[in-house]
Amino acid sequence: MATEHSKSAARIMIAPAVFDLLVWMLVPLCMTLYFSFADYRPMRGVFDAWIGFENYGRFLSSTSFISSVVTTLWMVGGILAITITGGVAFALLLDQPMFGQGIVRILVIAPFFVMPTVSALVWKNMFFNVDSGLFSYAYKFFGLQPYDFLSQSPMLSIIVIVAWQWLPFATLIMLTAVQSLSSEQLEAAEIDGAAPLSRFWYIILPHLSRAITVVILIQTIFLLSIFAEIFVTTNGAFGTRTLTYLVYQRVLESQNIGLGSAGGIVAVILANIIAIFLMRIVGKNIDN
Amino acid sequence: MARAISPRKKIMWTALAWGFGLLIFFPILWTFLTSFKAESVAISDPPVWFFFDWTTQNYSDVLARSNYPLALMNSIIIAVGSTILGIIIAVPAAWAMAFVPGKRTKDVLLWMLSTKMLPAVGVLYPLVLIAKYFGVMDSRMLLVVVLMLINLPIIVWMLYTYFREIPGEILEAARMDGAGLKSEILYVLTPMALPGIASTILLNVILAWNEAFWTILLTTVDAAPLTKFIASFSAPEGLFYAKLSAASIMAIAPILIMGWFSQKQLVRGLTFGAVK
Repeated sequence: MATEHSKSAARIMIAPAVFDLLVWMLVPLCMTLYFSFADYRPMRGVFDAWIGFENYGRFLSSTSFISSVVTTLWMVGGILAITITGGVAFALLLDQPMFGQGIVRILVIAPFFVMPTVSALVWKNMFFNVDSGLFSYAYKFFGLQPYDFLSQSPMLSIIVIVAWQWLPFATLIMLTAVQSLSSEQLEAAEIDGAAPLSRFWYIILPHLSRAITVVILIQTIFLLSIFAEIFVTTNGAFGTRTLTYLVYQRVLESQNIGLGSAGGIVAVILANIIAIFLMRIVGKNIDN
Repeated sequence: MARAISPRKKIMWTALAWGFGLLIFFPILWTFLTSFKAESVAISDPPVWFFFDWTTQNYSDVLARSNYPLALMNSIIIAVGSTILGIIIAVPAAWAMAFVPGKRTKDVLLWMLSTKMLPAVGVLYPLVLIAKYFGVMDSRMLLVVVLMLINLPIIVWMLYTYFREIPGEILEAARMDGAGLKSEILYVLTPMALPGIASTILLNVILAWNEAFWTILLTTVDAAPLTKFIASFSAPEGLFYAKLSAASIMAIAPILIMGWFSQKQLVRGLTFGAVK
């Protein structure tokens, strides 16, 4: 159906988008790659264009790198655990017959649309604050000593904030998947005497496995670059310095561009490993 | 709907779902309530829920701070501007890929998505350097362009999935009836494509509005949007919960309302069609 003429027209139509993204991807990335092999500290006027892999060696062997990777894994893992289990539970709950389902859906989805700086600051001040946060009042109400969440459990605090923001996303996707489950299958299992738990384990969960995989991959990619939530709560202190945050500090705060760029390239490589898996799933889906 | 559901069960599920739903929504509700309290009431222990002297003083206070209207204007210009620019570039591309698919269409689509997965921090310094070189640091134009590029893969992808649902036979039918290219585009394709374009715009305005890496790091004052403005509350002076709440509610209210309309597109736009 497509003629030669329409094909070349199509190419011209696609060109601007491809060109923009190509420039966006290649120019800054090549610059980062170039800086990563240089000793570049503009504040001190140091510029040595080629020092080989020294930055990589220093970055990868520094204790701050190891601890930032551990922090990142804990943070992403904790958020994923909460959002996936919560998301599956909420999806199953929202799928039940009830009054005002649409309104409950809206209530559950709302946190996703709150800008990161707002949710971080609201949680930090109005909930976690040791003097006048709601949690402190609750502790006092039960006769307990108020707990300073952000300085004593900073990691947990950030996990709670970000998990609250991403729970709606997981719920929405799980709900889409749950609703595509055929009710006949479930009814047949029920008639055959399968208990609710084994129905969940052998029918619902396998059906959701694909959605769960997608949620894990997409969230991981977004969660690896959590920034604003750390920026306004702990500023990377108290063991909440993720890889993204470490690179940001090296580049913009201590202005060690060479070292920071090497870190940036490491972050790009790590993110790409996850992206490959996601691409495979998406790629298979384009065909059908 | 094969079986009748006992009303008791339905009421039980309703109570459970509403309970959990309100729990998730609570921080937003609490912010909303606090924004109408006097500062001294906002930190009262025990907390007061609904019965206090409701005041809109905080809203007028925040609006009177010279930089709030500027931040709001910046947010609107950056979010809408980047989305419109993205749509202008993406519509032809998505159109061509949906209606004249070639051998490499799939690869191009996947490659575009892969750019979305590039960690921002990996290109942070070069971008600052380029922005400084062209003297566009802390300008709205810079953020319009950067956010457009960040969201372009999602815009192309969403439009592509919408356009692909338009059956090609309709075009042929229109041609048989003697429609020229102009009337084909104007009367047949545009009406069918508009809902998809509208939902794409909606979702991307939301994403751009809430973007908080580039908007914080590439602006100082002049182009700072609401994300940055709110972040300035992290170093507070004195009593400020009620004002923080008022500023927060104003920053999230428009997007919350838009978001409720775009729930369905959210799944499509952010899973790249991997979940249906």
